[in-house]
Amino acid sequence: MTTTYPATTVWVVVLAIGVLTFAIRFSFIALFGVLDRRSGDDESDQAVPPRVAAALRYVPPAVLAALVFPAVVTVEPTVAETLSNERLLAGGAAAAVAWRTENVLATIAVGMAVLWTLQFLV
Amino acid sequence: MNVPTELRAGIRDAVPLFLGIVPFAVVFGVAAVDAGLSAAQAVGLSVFVFAGASQLATLDLLARDAAIPVVVLTAVVINLRMLMYSASIAPYFRSLAGRTKAFLAYLLTDQAYALSVAHYGPLDRTEAASTSDDRHVDENNREPDVERRERNATNQTTNTLSAADRRWYYLGVAASLWAVWQVGTVAGLVVGTGVPESWGLEFTVPLVFLALLVPAMKDVPTTAAGAVGGVVAVVTAGLPLNLGLLVGATVGIVAGLVAERGRQ
Repeated sequence: MTTTYPATTVWVVVLAIGVLTFAIRFSFIALFGVLDRRSGDDESDQAVPPRVAAALRYVPPAVLAALVFPAVVTVEPTVAETLSNERLLAGGAAAAVAWRTENVLATIAVGMAVLWTLQFLV
Repeated sequence: MNVPTELRAGIRDAVPLFLGIVPFAVVFGVAAVDAGLSAAQAVGLSVFVFAGASQLATLDLLARDAAIPVVVLTAVVINLRMLMYSASIAPYFRSLAGRTKAFLAYLLTDQAYALSVAHYGPLDRTEAASTSDDRHVDENNREPDVERRERNATNQTTNTLSAADRRWYYLGVAASLWAVWQVGTVAGLVVGTGVPESWGLEFTVPLVFLALLVPAMKDVPTTAAGAVGGVVAVVTAGLPLNLGLLVGATVGIVAGLVAERGRQ
């Protein structure tokens, strides 16, 4: 699939995400300087409230899973059809490799090898 | 002169990471071609955003013509984790000039954060508050004995780093990753235009996410967050504006918090 958005819109998206991502990165690094100038004491190490920090801890697994699962799992009318989907089988093999090696390159290699085997050979 | 030493140390420590970054960047370049972005727009994402997972998600949603606020919000949610890095690394950078801080912040990534904080060792409070870069010259005369012994026991070499050394080390790691990311993006753009669509190269995108997801699910609460978030995203995949991703992620985060509370 290719986007149908005009180039200007894509550029607006690129710049908006760029500015907001920089704001996230700079947030506390900038804030510490401001706090220092105001107060002079350095009891501000606990900059992120504990409750926010706890929630942020679950952002990576939750977001990544929400990206991966729909790309790998296609719900078909029957359980057998759902489970025999070639993307699910390739994803399952890749997950096993990711588990064992934690290596991005090996995960891609095995996942694509299984996908191509199922698509072109079986 | 410590400056080049620490810069070189940073680059040297970053080299093993290239193996993981290069395929990721190439996949992004290929996916950008698939999504119909121009080469300039793809490089624009890599330069202005410089955060792989959010860049891939952006491509994915743009290709599906998702609503623009959803595209931007999704990328921001993915990058929110860097709030933690920013807060955690801020005390090490507090004595640097504002413009230097802004530049270092722009280069902040998962890898630069993890390597640098590990290299710096535990934060020394007296230095965190000081504004001078040369404290290590006479530190032995100033410090109470107990504190010094404690710190010597943990890590002798890293704790003697001055703020300037820390900046050079961070720069060595972060800037080399930045350069590799840009080169990899361009390589992917070149490769992507030459590969037929029937190869299904776009499947490499979820595979990269999968390689990041598995190590992120390291205990019961994080596994609950991933499993619930993923299942909810599949169930809500048909929602308009591609809201399924945000709904799945949000429910997953709540599931993680609930699982954490259940264990206590």
